[in-house]
Amino acid sequence: MADTKKIATRDAYGNALAALGEKYENFVVLDADLASATKTGTFQKKFPDRHFDCGIQEGNMMLVAAGIAATGLLVPFASTFAIFAAGRAYEQIRNGIGYPHLNVKIAATHAGISVGEDGATHQCNEDIATMRSIPGMTIISPSDVVETAAAVEAALNYVGPVYIRLGRLAFPVINDPDNYKFELGKGIVFADGSDAAIFATGMMVDSALQARELLKAEGIDAAVINIHTIKPLDEELVVKYAVKTGAIVTAEEHQIIGGLGAAVCETLSENHPCPVKRVGIRDKFGKSGKPAALLEEYGLTPADIAANVRAAIAMKNK
Amino acid sequence: MDQAKIKELKKISIDIKLGAVEAVYSAGSGHPGGSLSITDILAYLYFVEMNIDPKNPQWTERDRFVLSKGHCTPGLYSVLALRGYFPREDLKTFRKIDSYLQGHPEMKNTPGVDMTTGSLGLGISAACGMAKAAKYCGKDFRIYAMMGDGELGEGQCWEAALFAAHFGLDNLCAFVDLNGLQIDGTTEEVLNTASIADKFRAFNWNVIEIDGHDFRAIKAAVDLSKQTKGKPTMIVAKTVKGNGVSYMEDSVGWHGKAPNAEEYAQAVKELEAAKAELDN
Repeated sequence: MADTKKIATRDAYGNALAALGEKYENFVVLDADLASATKTGTFQKKFPDRHFDCGIQEGNMMLVAAGIAATGLLVPFASTFAIFAAGRAYEQIRNGIGYPHLNVKIAATHAGISVGEDGATHQCNEDIATMRSIPGMTIISPSDVVETAAAVEAALNYVGPVYIRLGRLAFPVINDPDNYKFELGKGIVFADGSDAAIFATGMMVDSALQARELLKAEGIDAAVINIHTIKPLDEELVVKYAVKTGAIVTAEEHQIIGGLGAAVCETLSENHPCPVKRVGIRDKFGKSGKPAALLEEYGLTPADIAANVRAAIAMKNK
Repeated sequence: MDQAKIKELKKISIDIKLGAVEAVYSAGSGHPGGSLSITDILAYLYFVEMNIDPKNPQWTERDRFVLSKGHCTPGLYSVLALRGYFPREDLKTFRKIDSYLQGHPEMKNTPGVDMTTGSLGLGISAACGMAKAAKYCGKDFRIYAMMGDGELGEGQCWEAALFAAHFGLDNLCAFVDLNGLQIDGTTEEVLNTASIADKFRAFNWNVIEIDGHDFRAIKAAVDLSKQTKGKPTMIVAKTVKGNGVSYMEDSVGWHGKAPNAEEYAQAVKELEAAKAELDN
């Protein structure tokens, strides 16, 4: 919380690629005419020969990435907007990357409703759901730029398909760059608590921390846990905090269908049923508007998280 | 190529057909028509052209083959078995539970399968990726891909066509198995993809039109693809679907159907007779 500057995770992605390009010679980057928006352009400027702009053809790009990986010579990062990766190219990713479990990294930007003014066609609130449904797919949703940089390197060093979910909106840096350690599949307890636990992902981790402060003023002690790896989910940690607090809230900039909230509910219903309230988009398409206004209208603010914590605690005490 | 070599390849092609038909018959399902139309090309690629080592299927420097029309596994598995990637006997396990010979090609568990395919249009894109990776890494292996004429209805094929030409993938040599038939009828009736050669020329490919059952023409076209610089090659190969089995030839109904015992016996009889005739 020391640093209040705001940066988008897509910027961190471009910077991470450019930095890693010097350390690792084994990867190349693909884009689909969105290098300036996904920020792979940052890498492209530094390593023009290692950046393949495929033009506007996401389906082909995913299989080009698969073919590159299939040679065993290189690790490809393929980038476009989340809607064109996890949406448009879902079948290509499923059959061409997921099924053969190829070593392809899909880094999708412009995930979530905070895309803003471009509106519903470009706000992908379903990517976690589609990617989660693919066996063997790893899904990372970083909470800030520090975590993004670490996640990109971790994805590069992991052998297998990875989907990295990135955002367009600049938001606060919440992790300490000097002491941050990324461990694939392990949630991070940001703040402990005994009354309820908030499992948040992406930019909603910051919102969850703000919600915790709001609740603290009312004497409610809520834990905040950053789930950067949505699949495989840190089930042990989820169950541990369900046992400890008995009231769970999930927070994500995604549909409540098929996302983090769904994953947490699936885990808890089989292991430790308890009240769960899900903060997310409730089965609706987005629309144009300023990101902050959209987050408010769709119920994704710190105040919304806090209200859901109160509701979860009320359910527990019933 | 001399007469003796052509005769040898013709025999291999018939052996591929025998294996393909046996696989489909054993499975009780599968795709014989489009498998039989490509066996001459498969025989040439796997027994003459490709730089491969069946004892080391993952050899990095090998040439690759991508069956973009992935449903024609009976033909692919049969040539792989004949070439020594796995026992021919295993063709009998095709499509059965516990077999590594899946209905559509699966690269992780099947020796010799270079890419998982089956969803049409995906394979040619993957072949582009392999060719791009080879070029970037300065490797001189080549990528071969087999597409169907019906497959060309998939928009992704044309994305790949743009990509391969744009990046000058001259290490990519693709074939279109121009047999004129798809599941619901002739390609002309269902979705007219003619004129395929003109279309690929317009996409800036090196296009060669051949009789896909003429070994000399296959060789000449592949040789030309290797001499062509700066462009990918598309060999539009006119073929007969179901080639070699009289009742399957040019028949829409044999796209994805298994013969019964009587039909299977007749297919074997015809193919064995054709092979014997080569020695007369």
